[in-house]
Amino acid sequence: MGKVVPITGNYAVAYAAKMARVQVVAAYPITPQTSIVEKLAEFIESGELDAVMIRVESEHSALAATFGAALAGARAFTATSSHGLLYMHEWVHWTSRARVPVVMAIVTRTIGTPWNIWPDHGDFMDQRDTGWILGFGMDNQEVFDLTVQAFKISEDPRVYLPVMIGLEGFILGHTTMPVELPDQKELDDWLGPRRQGYVIDGREPLAIGNLAWPEDTEEMFMDIQKAMEEAKQVIKEVDESYGKLTGRRYGGLIQCVGCSNAKYIAIAMGAWAGDLIEAVQKLRDEGYPVGVARIRFVRPFPTEDLWKIINGVKGVIVFDRAISFGAWGQIYTDLVAGLAQYTRNLPVISDIVAGIGGVNVTHTDFYKLVKNFVDIVEKGEQPPVFTWYHKR
Amino acid sequence: MAQTRPKPPLPYRMRDIVLPGDAACPGCPIPMAWKVLAAVFREKMILVIPACCSSVVVGAYPGNSIKASVVHVAFASAAAVASGIAEALKKRGVNDVQVIAWAGDGGTADIGMASLSGAAERNHDMIYIMYDNEAYMNTGIQRSSSTPFGAWTTTTPIIGKTEHKKDVARIMIAHGVPYVATASIAYPHDFYAKLQKARRIRGFKFIHLHAPCPTGWRFDPKYTVEVAKLAVETGLWILYEYYDGKIRLSGPSRPYMDPAKRKPIEEYLKLQGRFKKITPEKIEEIKKYTEMYWDWIKRYM
Ligand SMILES: Cc1ncc(C[n+]2csc(CCOP(=O)(O)OP(=O)(O)O)c2C)c(N)n1
Ligand code: SF4
Ligand SMILES: [Mg+2]
Repeated sequence: MGKVVPITGNYAVAYAAKMARVQVVAAYPITPQTSIVEKLAEFIESGELDAVMIRVESEHSALAATFGAALAGARAFTATSSHGLLYMHEWVHWTSRARVPVVMAIVTRTIGTPWNIWPDHGDFMDQRDTGWILGFGMDNQEVFDLTVQAFKISEDPRVYLPVMIGLEGFILGHTTMPVELPDQKELDDWLGPRRQGYVIDGREPLAIGNLAWPEDTEEMFMDIQKAMEEAKQVIKEVDESYGKLTGRRYGGLIQCVGCSNAKYIAIAMGAWAGDLIEAVQKLRDEGYPVGVARIRFVRPFPTEDLWKIINGVKGVIVFDRAISFGAWGQIYTDLVAGLAQYTRNLPVISDIVAGIGGVNVTHTDFYKLVKNFVDIVEKGEQPPVFTWYHKR
Repeated sequence: MAQTRPKPPLPYRMRDIVLPGDAACPGCPIPMAWKVLAAVFREKMILVIPACCSSVVVGAYPGNSIKASVVHVAFASAAAVASGIAEALKKRGVNDVQVIAWAGDGGTADIGMASLSGAAERNHDMIYIMYDNEAYMNTGIQRSSSTPFGAWTTTTPIIGKTEHKKDVARIMIAHGVPYVATASIAYPHDFYAKLQKARRIRGFKFIHLHAPCPTGWRFDPKYTVEVAKLAVETGLWILYEYYDGKIRLSGPSRPYMDPAKRKPIEEYLKLQGRFKKITPEKIEEIKKYTEMYWDWIKRYM
């Protein structure tokens, strides 16, 4: 049996890395990620965690060193936020393209300029094209669970890709909630020893990354696309086996709340999905047939799962906490592109971009926005495709 | 000129570790240096190579012209990746493999400076070798901070470089690492001895290897060793080791403490097209700078 501890989202990440028995941590401080690194340093210095901490001089080196350690056979972990994540971007690609399993937590924070430490999803969503598996939690328990699961997913031979786990800075990162930690022994048995496609430790001559001709290169990248496809199944299996261990199942790539009999679906990712669920619950009590599909994984994108619940509904409202300037919110874009392969008659789909720069969006906002959307569609009118919801 | 006794061959069988069929230009210093590495470590080394000529020289996938482990990494990151590998090997109890960061002057003195400084300060167990061909050769001979004063490059095309060479070995000494040395591809025995010394020391070891490049320096490929030797014989490149707080001049450079024994700098310069347009005033400036370099060496001996 596990035990329940009151911890912040950041500590939940640190506990998860510890319980996954990481052997090397290389990280660089940045608000609001810092307390993850501090906690891990404490675990290591106190002897609670048998690992090496590399206190690197930058995020570029943080992921480079994490990569090196993972390549050489260690279970390795790092964490960062916004500017740190952008600074290491070269390495984000390098790691996935080398197919080296690594786990990294992203405590999301708005990208500057202007300087801003409040959370939106801009830094996280910027990583969609990197070849990493991208998971995102809603509360501290899920952040813990996702982080340990990330090691299992990343080290699955069908996948062998790095995994990022997102959580909003402050909202989760610095907020204390009860988190149940599984029994260490049971978790060890479930997670198993480190697995990876190849190890470079000098025991046999092996080279990685040599100049490759276009056809060879393309085939390597096609294989990443294949692994992403396989990862969908792996994520579901891991959710299921972890559920057996802990009693907590989230549903895989998405979590559905009241979707089965819904005529409208609201979609969101992250902590504010909790507020959305609360608002939708109220609307359902008032007779609005709305369900919530919470995005847990952005990559691989859960197209099939979303289609299953969207097929036949009248309207979909998407809440994006990031924007691709000049286009739309990224979840909206991916959703519409994904659904287009199933039907020529998409339901009404609206994109609401909100909460940018850390602007607080509450369940009352969600209540108002979803209600308004349903009312317009019910009247037979067309709601705006895109709204940047801004309150002042 | 100093007479050197003939040396026994290095314990290295040609084509044992450094294989034929690499992608180097004729007269390239890189495979020459790798043969010395192979004589010391055989296949028990992991070369961490950032973007540079060497990333091409090893050859294209699925080929590899060196029978040892090679990890290609992003340009600025040789020292950082080597840090991670070194720590993981230690954690896993693998202790018969040498982690070597092998980077060019650009990947060391410029874009890799922060990661190098970080790894040195943290004193990870590795040998960092900066092979110095004094410009960005891979991208077509652009100036680096390690390009010498007065040299032509494609980004100093008319006037030549107006600043002196950055002294990376001295920067490494300032980091307080346990071992720093300079070396030259013209003196494989000296380089070999330094690698042997470095492998016995735990912590961060830095070797600055002078590596004349016929393509970038504009000389006949048959003169690579000759040019490297002249750099030492003119006193422009000084071979030394630094450990236990002191500089020790290496054998090949010892005679040239005495300026009278040095060959004229012009002999070195005139072999190289990159100094074709150098003026007498600039040569004077190089001489002055060389004296300052020697003065510094003498102070810390
Ligand atoms: C981040 C980044 N910037 C630029 C480059 C392009 N680039 C590749 S190799 C190189 C020059 C390497 O010079 P040096 O380190 O001296 O090695 P050399 O080629 O001279 O052996 C440059 C600029 C790159 N690969 N990555
Ligand atoms: S340019 Fe110079 S260093 Fe690069 S491969 Fe050719 S000879 Fe070697
Ligand atoms: Mg160079």
